[in-house]
Amino acid sequence: MSIDINTVRKVAKLARIRTTDAETEVLSGELSKILKMIEQLNEVNTDGVEPMTSVIEMKMPEREDKVTDGGIPEKILANAPEHTAGFFVVPKVVE
Amino acid sequence: MAHALLKGETGDWEMVIGLEVHAQVLTKSKLFSGASADFGAAPNAQVSPIDAGMPGMLPVINKLCIEKAVRTGLGLNAKINMYSVFERKNYFYPDLPQGYQISQYQHPIVGEGIIEIDLPDGSIKKIGIERLHLEQDAGKSLHDQHPSKSYVDLNRSGNPLMEIVSKPDMNSAEEAAAYVTKLRAIVRYLDTCDGNMDEGSMRCDVNLSMRRPGAPLGTRCEIKNVNSIRFVQQAIEYEARRQIEVLEGGGKITQETRLFDTKNGTTRTMRSKEDAHDYRYFPDPDLLPLKLEQAFVDDIKKTLPELPDAKKKRFIDMGLSPYDASVLVAEKERADFYEKVADNNDPKLAANWVTTELAGALNKAGKALHDSPISAEKLGGLLKLIADNTISGKIAKEVFSEMFATGKDAAKIVDEKGLKQVTDTGTIEKLVNEVLAENPDKVAEYKAGKDKMFGFFVGQVLKRSGGKANPAMVNDLLKAKLGS
Amino acid sequence: MKNLTTLTIKEALIGLKKKEFTAVELTEAHIKAAEAARHLNCYITETFDLARKQAKESDARYAKGTAGLLDGIPVAMKDLFCTEGIQTTAASNILKGFKPPYESTVSANLWRDGATMLGKANLDEFAMGSSNTTSAFGNVINPWRSKNHDKPLVPGGSGGGSAAAVAARIAMGATGTDTGGSIRQPAAFCGIAGIKPTYGRCSRFGIVAFASSLDQAGPTARTSEDCALMLQSMAGYDPKDSTSVNRPVPEYSKSIGQSVKGLKVGVPKEYRIDGTNPEIIKLWEKGVQMMKDAGAEIVDVSLPHTKYALQTYYVIAPAECSSNLARYDGVRFGLRVEGDNLVDTYEKTRAEGFGKEVKRRILIGTYVLSAGYYDAYYNKARSVRKLIWQDFINAYQKCDVLLTPTVPTPAFAIGENMQDPVTMYLNDVFTIPASMAGMPGMSLPVGLSSDGLPLGLQLLGKPFDEETVFKVAHVIEKAANFTALPQSLMSKAA
Repeated sequence: MSIDINTVRKVAKLARIRTTDAETEVLSGELSKILKMIEQLNEVNTDGVEPMTSVIEMKMPEREDKVTDGGIPEKILANAPEHTAGFFVVPKVVE
Repeated sequence: MAHALLKGETGDWEMVIGLEVHAQVLTKSKLFSGASADFGAAPNAQVSPIDAGMPGMLPVINKLCIEKAVRTGLGLNAKINMYSVFERKNYFYPDLPQGYQISQYQHPIVGEGIIEIDLPDGSIKKIGIERLHLEQDAGKSLHDQHPSKSYVDLNRSGNPLMEIVSKPDMNSAEEAAAYVTKLRAIVRYLDTCDGNMDEGSMRCDVNLSMRRPGAPLGTRCEIKNVNSIRFVQQAIEYEARRQIEVLEGGGKITQETRLFDTKNGTTRTMRSKEDAHDYRYFPDPDLLPLKLEQAFVDDIKKTLPELPDAKKKRFIDMGLSPYDASVLVAEKERADFYEKVADNNDPKLAANWVTTELAGALNKAGKALHDSPISAEKLGGLLKLIADNTISGKIAKEVFSEMFATGKDAAKIVDEKGLKQVTDTGTIEKLVNEVLAENPDKVAEYKAGKDKMFGFFVGQVLKRSGGKANPAMVNDLLKAKLGS
Repeated sequence: MKNLTTLTIKEALIGLKKKEFTAVELTEAHIKAAEAARHLNCYITETFDLARKQAKESDARYAKGTAGLLDGIPVAMKDLFCTEGIQTTAASNILKGFKPPYESTVSANLWRDGATMLGKANLDEFAMGSSNTTSAFGNVINPWRSKNHDKPLVPGGSGGGSAAAVAARIAMGATGTDTGGSIRQPAAFCGIAGIKPTYGRCSRFGIVAFASSLDQAGPTARTSEDCALMLQSMAGYDPKDSTSVNRPVPEYSKSIGQSVKGLKVGVPKEYRIDGTNPEIIKLWEKGVQMMKDAGAEIVDVSLPHTKYALQTYYVIAPAECSSNLARYDGVRFGLRVEGDNLVDTYEKTRAEGFGKEVKRRILIGTYVLSAGYYDAYYNKARSVRKLIWQDFINAYQKCDVLLTPTVPTPAFAIGENMQDPVTMYLNDVFTIPASMAGMPGMSLPVGLSSDGLPLGLQLLGKPFDEETVFKVAHVIEKAANFTALPQSLMSKAA
């Protein structure tokens, strides 16, 4: 399969990346090439193979329910492009 | 109960309702970070770099959340899945700092279960539970602080939620309300969620479709963020009428997400199916699959408290009416209070005092049960004075008022005010003699066959004793004197 | 005094202990060298003053006799490791100016053991690349030059800054992260050693994530022994990383100098692929001979799914990166490009903040996870990953360690292999399989190509058996006696 221009647009929208028409066209070619490479995986018989999530074969570690973090609003906000009165500020969200 | 059908212009309609309830797990810290999960702190004061989605930050799961999810699952008579997986639900929103929510999708921690709801007519209906899964809460966006900006507070970001999804087994707003009420009671009994809807610890999404009775399922709409039991009912009633209107007008319901407007009790389109997100769920590679051991589940099972249904049944077995039993078990606090009052007392008498006298007084004073000036132990003490004939039921009400006003012990009030019942035969006999001597005409009437007069004599004697004479003894003595 | 920048870490530690020189002198020597080598563009942020301060403290510890494992050793920190209060960029415009309020566990471990930081090393943007040409802070230049032309060469990637700095003797060692070869491939291109330990061995806490199920930190240095010393410090269980494995860290340096007699060395036939430079094949054969000479037994093994590792990687790594990089949205940190509304702001911020290669990977990752394609691509790749992993497990029934080339070619000129992304991806064909399987892998400089460029061989070990890898590495190192220096240093010496 190839990734046509409309698909690039759709995927770029999902990923929240603005692409110009020229970029979209180049990306369509590049992504299609990558996809073509990926599709060689279809040669592999994976019947009955459980998809692998992690190479780690242990029990997931758990932590105790204790408050050990937080209380650092100034540090949390320090890198923000815009903040006021302890809040992050963003362009208005319209529903 | 028969399905409540709605009348339309062209015939009857049946509602089909399923609910998704988000219940915040009662913990000190968040699902994947050590920041506090408390409500009401200053903005961004309960945020760890993990909750803010900062680069290189990693989630580590809170053990207690797993335990409480399993506990809730057991309370919902549900299947506990020994293998579950945390996945990422990807979408962009300013209050979703990671750009994804860690949730469970294909493999939830709890599978199918069932709960019984109590309907207003006293009947019971079984509602299926589809699943329960653990997920992170998002932060909070404020849209009304600035004309062109939104403000974001991440305190809630990462709080632990249980999403409890019902099967579409409900057919009326009342059933939906009863479902939420029951679910809330269960999680409170289990101590897994505080059920506080005002603070958002329990939030509700409603799925609703309409159909002709017996017809296949219609297209449903999802109503988001309905945050009180009253709103659940309002939203369902409005939305059902709206859908009937569309259908009877020859239109079609389009699958969409709608928002409930609390100001006017209506719902409006939030986004249509075409705009539906492509969430690109995939297993979170920062976490490993959650594998439970049977012993862990069994240990939790051992610590389960008696739940509302079992408690109700026990109360009925103790002699309570199903109605009183329902009222008492609806809130764990009330049931616990009642049980303390009933300890070594007559269960029915205790139920009456809790549901009538105390509830009435609290209601009048605008107080909640946990603010009651009369503790359960003290109320129990009052009932014991009735049982051992120290005071009569009538005096008890007087003592109760005094207790409510001052918080004093019943025995102390009885003592101070000299309200102890008179059980001395000589004293009562003296009063009886006085009354009979002062009313010869009435005695004559009684003897002539006017039996009703007997009550008059009892009343007079009790009055003369200041209400303190033992009514049974008064009765016996009068009967003897009047020779009947 | 002799040139302190030519010492290995091991030699420097001995010198410091014997008070032959001070940590301040050692650090100053490296700062001076780094200032002279700025044209290589190894550092995004220089932290010389911090290094001086740390060196002073180190000398105090030496005076008190409380010096740590790496006390006084000046290192470069790949700019993917968050360092508290010090700009951490991941070589991306989107993180320009970002100062983390926390320290990565690996860097904290190094400071605990007394290492000093010269600066934050350049890399491919978000560690995505094999040539260090995708950095938003300019490409790094390999200190090596071809005998046959004057074109500057790539140092490899993503850890090009780390590898070039160590090769150019402007850092004694450096941290790296390896997702598909980002430690090993640059080490091979720059004629140094580098190890990616077993997945789960080093904490990922505080490392800017690329692909979480693959990312693993490790050291790069000039000898296997130096790598062993650094890994000993960097590795260890971290309760802040759910994929960190709780097992003790061995004293890796004890493996150095041990005999490999009777050890079974596997040679996988699938690594003999078309397009591999014949000189590299020859080098590989030489490596096999070295092992035989040292008394090891050579075993032919097969890893049949090797040829699908690259394809698997280019599904799984982009899928994870598309999600991991969603947090760069201009709301809480980093770049924001104001737009007409929120969505516009998001799209402009991410369009300007990310470079081309990062965007390509985000888009391909978004695509393979999207509705309708998930099973065909993402789940398929995860199943093949299982088979790749199984291949290794099977091979390790027959042998203790695998010997392969690290890269199919020596370092290429800046600007080459850029015609299409897939050609560039082929650089990682030998390093990716071990990443997919989570196995430890190490690259060692073994020889020079006909045009005078370093060539590396790769050792792959069993899970958590870095000790055997170090043992074998040292034997090859001794046999290869790789003493060549980058031309830049030769000319300086001359």
